[in-house]
Amino acid sequence: MPNIAAPKQLTRTVITARGLTKKYGDFAAVNGISFDVPAGESFGLLGPNGAGKSTTMRMIGGVSQRTSGELAIMGLDPEQHGPEVRAHLGVVPQQDNLDEDLRVRDNLIVYGRYFGLPHSYLRPKADELLEFAQLSDKAKAKVDSLSGGMKRRLTIARSLINEPKILLLDEPTTGLDPQARHILWDRLFRLKEQGVTLVLTTHYMDEAEQLCDRLIVVDKGEIMAEGSPAALIREYSTREVLELRFGSERNTTVAAQLEGIGERLETLPDRVLIYTHDGETSLEQVSARGLHPVTSLVRRSSLEDVFLRLTGRSLVD
Amino acid sequence: MSRIAGSGETSSEDQLRLLPSGRPFGSLYSGNVRAVVARGLKATWGSNWAIMASGFVEPVLFLIAMGIGLGSLIGTVEGPGGQEIGYIAYIAPALLAVSAMNGAVYDSTWNVFFKLNFAKLYQGMLYTSLGPLDVALGEITLALLRGALYATGFTAIMGVLGLITTPWALLMIPASVVIAFGFASFGMGITSFMKTFQQMDWINFIMLPMFLFSATFYPLSVYPQAIQWVIQALPLWHGVELLRQLSVGTFTAATGIHVLYYLVMIVLGLILTTARLRKLFLR
Repeated sequence: MPNIAAPKQLTRTVITARGLTKKYGDFAAVNGISFDVPAGESFGLLGPNGAGKSTTMRMIGGVSQRTSGELAIMGLDPEQHGPEVRAHLGVVPQQDNLDEDLRVRDNLIVYGRYFGLPHSYLRPKADELLEFAQLSDKAKAKVDSLSGGMKRRLTIARSLINEPKILLLDEPTTGLDPQARHILWDRLFRLKEQGVTLVLTTHYMDEAEQLCDRLIVVDKGEIMAEGSPAALIREYSTREVLELRFGSERNTTVAAQLEGIGERLETLPDRVLIYTHDGETSLEQVSARGLHPVTSLVRRSSLEDVFLRLTGRSLVD
Repeated sequence: MSRIAGSGETSSEDQLRLLPSGRPFGSLYSGNVRAVVARGLKATWGSNWAIMASGFVEPVLFLIAMGIGLGSLIGTVEGPGGQEIGYIAYIAPALLAVSAMNGAVYDSTWNVFFKLNFAKLYQGMLYTSLGPLDVALGEITLALLRGALYATGFTAIMGVLGLITTPWALLMIPASVVIAFGFASFGMGITSFMKTFQQMDWINFIMLPMFLFSATFYPLSVYPQAIQWVIQALPLWHGVELLRQLSVGTFTAATGIHVLYYLVMIVLGLILTTARLRKLFLR
């Protein structure tokens, strides 16, 4: 997918993957994927659990050895030059691995020391990042006294201590309540504005749509589609979706009577989806056929629909 | 960018191209062991005091109970150089070796086991510039610091009890660190194989008999020849004999063998530990 009207500095590639493959025995967790990430882009890996997203992230960080294929991070192979590559990476792992033996501010400073950064740089930087993560008043608190959202923000603050050029975020908002998620998205958006390249995995559609300039949809270790969220929806779905619920027993039988309405029909156990350019008109057509769903909903098409179309399965479950 | 050590300088014509640093051991090592050590000291300062103290107190209690209590019944025994020494002076260096072993083993096994499997500390560290060798050396250094601390304290207590009769005895402190190094470098490698608490108990299962039977409380000659060979193959016996010789300033060819035993143990242990960390974290 070409990036429409990409500014000039976005054209420089910071991550190049060619035929990237990771096998555990006979099982291919990542099966020959290729992609490029230009500097400053927010790039998403979207897919269900077990699609190979985290494994890809680990290979980018140089903490997982690939079975075959090529990978270059800012020109270097992370497998051969792990320390050099990771000096410019920030990593937010799927599970917080904060240092529970250290207090909040020390978590940032000690982590910075792992990069060999001097105290004179780290002290003001730690305060700045606590401010950014809205944790300034928790500076001296113990880590285990923080809420889930605060721990996540601290993990993100920690990942920024070395002013990374690339930030890897593995399921950044999984397990957070909606309010905590929105705070996080806001912080990530600010980073993107500062020109940090974001690479994130998610199985949340709304997250991908909010944060990603471009994404690849992965399933079973392979790339199913690639493009901006809007382009993917344009290509693989319709503008609107009409969701109809007839009660769990009737959905399948009614589906046959709905043929011809909209562009495409998808029958799920709990509901029928009609892909259409105009949801209201389609709903009128349904009523005209004498069918009366228990509930009906017209909504905009989302990446969830793209994923359903590409894999025949929904993402979260 | 130059403030980021181990980063590989970015080249001038293109700020987004990294250059390799040309450091030895490539991905394994970034030359930043001290950050791992500093972290350990900071974390220990806040907690773990009771455990730290218990590792020190245990051999001291043995020294008092066995040395003073049992020693009053036994009187004098034959020392390394053939001279008669008090029983307490006989077992004190052995208990010092045990103390060094305990400190090193605690730090490099239980502590590492917890960080590896529960705190996920190393996973975090290895996503920075640190390599597995930095982490291994850092953790082992911490174990050595603890071993040195225990050894110094124990030697001081020996001094108070009037058991230090020659300046050579002060060599027991660095020798204890060598002993701790041997146990720590191996302990961490072995711990990396452990997955459950039950498996960790095996370590105690090996340590306790080694402590009791490594000529700690009585000479090796009480055993039949075959058993002697087994004990002489185990590391603690070499530590006990080494410190016992140093405590009275007697040096023989055996002194060199004991030191050599530990040097080999250290090198093999480091190779094992680094290989294991690499396997665990750079899969």
